[in-house]
Amino acid sequence: MRVVALTIASLVAAGALVLAGCGGDDGDAGTLRWFIFNEPSGAPQEAAQRCSEASGGRYTIEFDFLPADADGQREQLVRRLGAEDSLIDIIGMDVIWTGEFANAGWIEEWSDEQERAASENVFESVLETARFEDRLYAAPIWTNTQLLWYRDDLVDEPPETWGEMIDEALRLLEAGEPGRIQVQADQYEGLVVWANAMIASAGTEILAGPEEVELAEEPTKRALALMGRLSRSPAAAPDISTSNEDSARLAFEAGDSAFMVNYPFAYPSAEENAPEIAENMGAAVYPGIEGGPGGAPPLGGINLGVSAFSENKELAFEAIECLIEPENQLTIAEMGGLPPVREDLYDDPEIEEIYPGFNDLLRDSIEEAVPRPSQSPAYQDLSLAIQGAIHPTDDIDPDDPSSTYEDLVDKVQQAVDVEGLL
Amino acid sequence: MSTETARAEAPKGRAKVTDRTKAERRLGWMLCAPAVAAMLLVTAYPIGYAFVLSLQRIDLRFPDEQEFVGLGNYVTILSSSLWWQDLFNTVFITVTSVGIEFVLGFAIALVLHHAIFGRGLVRTSVLIPYGIITVVAAFAWFYAFDPGTGFINSLPLVDEDKAWFGDRFSAFSVIILAEVWKTTPFIALLLLAGLTTIDEGLYEAAKMDGANAVQRFFRITLPLMVPAIAVALLFRTLDAFRVFDSIFIMTRGAQDTESVSILAYNQLISRLNLGLGSAVAVLIFLLVLLIAFFFVRVLGANVPGREEEAK
Repeated sequence: MRVVALTIASLVAAGALVLAGCGGDDGDAGTLRWFIFNEPSGAPQEAAQRCSEASGGRYTIEFDFLPADADGQREQLVRRLGAEDSLIDIIGMDVIWTGEFANAGWIEEWSDEQERAASENVFESVLETARFEDRLYAAPIWTNTQLLWYRDDLVDEPPETWGEMIDEALRLLEAGEPGRIQVQADQYEGLVVWANAMIASAGTEILAGPEEVELAEEPTKRALALMGRLSRSPAAAPDISTSNEDSARLAFEAGDSAFMVNYPFAYPSAEENAPEIAENMGAAVYPGIEGGPGGAPPLGGINLGVSAFSENKELAFEAIECLIEPENQLTIAEMGGLPPVREDLYDDPEIEEIYPGFNDLLRDSIEEAVPRPSQSPAYQDLSLAIQGAIHPTDDIDPDDPSSTYEDLVDKVQQAVDVEGLL
Repeated sequence: MSTETARAEAPKGRAKVTDRTKAERRLGWMLCAPAVAAMLLVTAYPIGYAFVLSLQRIDLRFPDEQEFVGLGNYVTILSSSLWWQDLFNTVFITVTSVGIEFVLGFAIALVLHHAIFGRGLVRTSVLIPYGIITVVAAFAWFYAFDPGTGFINSLPLVDEDKAWFGDRFSAFSVIILAEVWKTTPFIALLLLAGLTTIDEGLYEAAKMDGANAVQRFFRITLPLMVPAIAVALLFRTLDAFRVFDSIFIMTRGAQDTESVSILAYNQLISRLNLGLGSAVAVLIFLLVLLIAFFFVRVLGANVPGREEEAK
């Protein structure tokens, strides 16, 4: 009997401990949890601190950090959102997730009034990334685009097209000078960024509508041929099939490259790690493709959305409206080098200091930028399909990219229909 | 396994089943019941649920579009070239890594068996790779071979610029190398246990009959080791077939090095396509069952409960 009583007592105690551990996850009424990757400069934390203080005690923003890579961030988020986790309040969303999250009912739509506040003076191209079916689902907080970085001690005039750039690079290599071209071509989202920019520069687009594949044959083949030509030429980095933004900037800083397409963070990084290279680093607009409508720079950035399962939606909307204020956008640009989303800020002397000599270039690039086809709710599948079809890029035959083209169209169609294994 | 022994007993007891025997059996069942219930809950329920999910078209990104499609998902998978490609990759990795591990493991087991001093220390230190968490080991190998951060490319005879993870077969080599490094100790220890069961007297008798070392190995050691070898190979093959960590860390399945486990992960976690992902998982489960069946029936692996049928 004593043994039985003792057993029951210990089970009850254990149960109580377990329940105590499980409960208490609601947090205080005024805590807003912001799920975003850990931006290395700490700029979002600055902005969050400022807004928490300015709220007069109504809310405090706390961070839950996601992995550094976009795919990893998405995985963490979709698992929680798919399970309707009420812990998430504010989501730091990559620009490509808007369609997917909105269609799945995971983020809240913004009312007309809120939309006005969130879209004041914001670049139209950037706002498009936060819309789904013509309604606003998130507020852009910072944006990003790629520039063509080049060594102005080796090259007088930056090339305007990819063809010119490859020719120039080969000339430099033959003369014994550093002449490599750094891109991002690993099997990940960065490859889709490059491919989308090439396809848009050639004059067509991947999707004509949320469920309609475009990919006009002639321009797409031109774009693919150039990607194949670069990847097979001596101007390509030896590890091009595993290259990403970091490997590209490291290689450029090491000094064996003449050209690089990369985000603006490459400049302060070079200033810190390789000042001799940074001295000779020039910036130009993203190259276009001959016969196409001109450069179509990629568009990145972060939009802030409110989780549909949050228990503090009103406060979350308020907090976001504070976080995107010009003052915070300037802080984020200053600390993290991340371009603001408001057009009027580009004339601000602070911005000119952060991007010496290329703030106008940045503004123009963002205006001209072409987003990836994120209006499709199946964007993740689309991304995987494109990656699967064109990686490794040195498999693309520059003289006849038909097989790659057909594979690409097939896979993209399958992705849009959400069929098949990817 | 408890059911098997119970069933095995019933025919014998048919002649004279007393009330006492029946009562004892009932008590036995009642005592087993909580454990069986826990097992069913933890293993049978998820497997059953996965099977149910695999019969539906269900995608968490499109919550309004769920429907029952029967074997539609299985048809999609089995008619997809990606599945067969991944299956080939998985089989390739399994056969190659288990093959290498077996040979190396046997060699290590023989050395350990004949070691004179420091046996305990050597056996423990040999187990260190097996004790390291797979993901950590995979990262270590990844960073060693990565052209940007690793030292491998600085070794003589190795090309400075070689992108190990940029090419399919060099990536396979690194993955298999990491797997072999990690689990050879496990096979070595299982085989060592088998070696210790061989009677020394047999070797002495063979030596007296004039058998040399090679003959002793092939005629005495190997045949007597078959049960231990079968068990070691069974465990390792089952594990190697489900390889995930090393590939995920090193290439994430790029350059056509994807395995079936990574395929299931991509469908389930990345695409949130529960139907397709569960179907892939069920197919992996069936294949693993097939491998186990092959080893137990055909090779006669000596798993508990089968003592009566072992060769």
